[in-house]
Amino acid sequence: MSAYVVRRVISMILLLLLLTFVVFILFSLLPTDPARLTCGKSCTPEIIEANRHRLGLDLPVLQQYWEYLKGIFVGRVYAQDSPDPVVCSAPCLGYSFKRGEEVFILIKEGFPATFWLALGAFVMWLAAGISVGVYAALHRGKWQDKTVMGISLAGYSLPSFFLGLMAIFFIVIRLQLLPYPSYISPFENPTQFLQTMILPWIVLAILYAAFYMRLTRNQMLEVLGEDYIRTARAKGLPERIVIRKHALRAGLTPIVTAAGLDLAGLLGGAIITESIFSLPGIGSLAVNSVNDADLPLIVGITLVTATFIIVANLIVDLLYAVIDPRVRLA
Amino acid sequence: MTDLSPAPRRAYIEVEDLSVQFPTEDGLVRAVDGVTFSIDKGQTIAIVGESGSGKSVTAQAIMGLVNARTADVTGHVWVDGQDIVGMTDDELRKMRGSTMAMIFQDPMSSLHPFYRIGAQLTEAVNVHNKVSKKEARDRAIEMLQKVGIPSPEKRIEDYPHQFSGGMRQRVMIAMALINSPSLLIADEPTTALDVTVQAQIMELILELQQEYNTAVVLITHDLGIVADAADQVAVMYGARVVESGVIDDIFYKPEMPYTLGLLASVPRLNQVRADRLDPIPGNPPSPIRLPSGCVFNPRCVYKDRVEGDLCATERPALLPTDLGHMVRCHMSKEDREAVATIALGTLGRETA
Repeated sequence: MSAYVVRRVISMILLLLLLTFVVFILFSLLPTDPARLTCGKSCTPEIIEANRHRLGLDLPVLQQYWEYLKGIFVGRVYAQDSPDPVVCSAPCLGYSFKRGEEVFILIKEGFPATFWLALGAFVMWLAAGISVGVYAALHRGKWQDKTVMGISLAGYSLPSFFLGLMAIFFIVIRLQLLPYPSYISPFENPTQFLQTMILPWIVLAILYAAFYMRLTRNQMLEVLGEDYIRTARAKGLPERIVIRKHALRAGLTPIVTAAGLDLAGLLGGAIITESIFSLPGIGSLAVNSVNDADLPLIVGITLVTATFIIVANLIVDLLYAVIDPRVRLA
Repeated sequence: MTDLSPAPRRAYIEVEDLSVQFPTEDGLVRAVDGVTFSIDKGQTIAIVGESGSGKSVTAQAIMGLVNARTADVTGHVWVDGQDIVGMTDDELRKMRGSTMAMIFQDPMSSLHPFYRIGAQLTEAVNVHNKVSKKEARDRAIEMLQKVGIPSPEKRIEDYPHQFSGGMRQRVMIAMALINSPSLLIADEPTTALDVTVQAQIMELILELQQEYNTAVVLITHDLGIVADAADQVAVMYGARVVESGVIDDIFYKPEMPYTLGLLASVPRLNQVRADRLDPIPGNPPSPIRLPSGCVFNPRCVYKDRVEGDLCATERPALLPTDLGHMVRCHMSKEDREAVATIALGTLGRETA
């Protein structure tokens, strides 16, 4: 088991290294010239070349990558030979000259809003998706099942920007049940935090819950046909224990996988939901960075998002071994 | 067609006119149609028949495992004077695993892969008895010992995938018998096992049956096992019992053409090499469209012996031909015996 973990962690680190390389090379192949982006319309070729040198963009690509990689671990200093060098401390994911701030700090500032949004929605969609999915499976083929699955299909098909705008229009503007969303840390003002987050949570959760309902339902239907469920009933166990302890436990495995990866994906920013509810998270940051052609920031966000997914993958695989004893020997 | 005057119940288990029907979009599936048999404690009845003959559904109906929402169950299953059919879910649940228990065909998939053997065994104890953790555990270890699992106090911590197929079936048997049930239903308990293990498992079941004085309903299509294990046999075909009786009646004095076909299709060691096995022509009927009249008539080679098309129009009743020997056939007793001699002439001689 522990050898397995060590092996997985090592391969994860290698994968992360490969990831930084691919992302970096990918963005350096873009036709956009990052040096050209450093100044506005009144740019002269001299200024562009000077900036190119300041940013280290005149170096060969591989050397640029090396500098970048080094920056992540030990930090780096841009424009070392100029009178006003820019210090980017470790972990340095680059420096946004547009915003005059280190990329890592920008992402760190956006993280709490994204984190709370993702976590709240995650809890909501899992609770709703699994319980309703089990309910539908137990009423397979009956009107309850059909109704629930119809609603789920609707929820799945509704785009979140539509749902989000409707929610704001009716609940916030028309009925004025909630104040206009304005993000604040839960530790500072819990009431305002909840008032702001409840709509984005619901909007985001509906989309995912619809998928989890289907997943849970299908999973439960499959498991309920298994021989060991018949064995559990033959033992004389009450039906609710057969469902909860025997069926759900076995059906949970793919749900854990999906949930882990979905949560990780959301930690990289829920672009649409964050934008609609003006949450200052990584998703909003990503949109803005693209609008401003803030290349270092885009690279940074891409890297962080991908890292979340890779780490989540590892965690999910390890959880698998906890859930399913047969995996332990593998 | 219901029998209005229930006879005084003598046998421990009496299955009386048991029918199970599943309404489906394609029509009514008659899985079990008027099955009747009885056995006492310590006795074994083998239910024999090919796939789809309704033997497994019969077993599940006796256990109350047929879902009342998807199936119509009618008739009676008297277990120690109590009728299983018509019991509430909760009454049934309390009987399952304590009064009656079941072991299944495939031990590889019948144990929950995520729970330790010990947890699965103690769960079976705890659901019916108020005992301490320690007592339940001791009971589980004792039971594993009994079914021949070496060092049970260690193996109890193992997961099912750490056991071989035969060992898993032993665990299933331990689980079924852990509350000393008086009825054990074994649904093809050896079919999925290696031939070398089959005999051991069968022997174990019979040994424990002796010890607990359990009535055993053995579902199988293996006539060899029937010959070794059963006291009585019910032959099922097309959802009905077509012949039943004590084992010697079925093996040495069979009268129903389907039983004859079944016996003739068994390979025999002293058979001449060149002889091919004698299969029954045709295919078993679909449970949605059972043939009218006698269910076996489309495949029966002796139906000419019955006048007119009685075989195709009228359903024969399961009638006694001898003491405790029931046959469902339109032929006269003389014809049935004559036919048996033709079909099994050699067999009769060699086994008698």
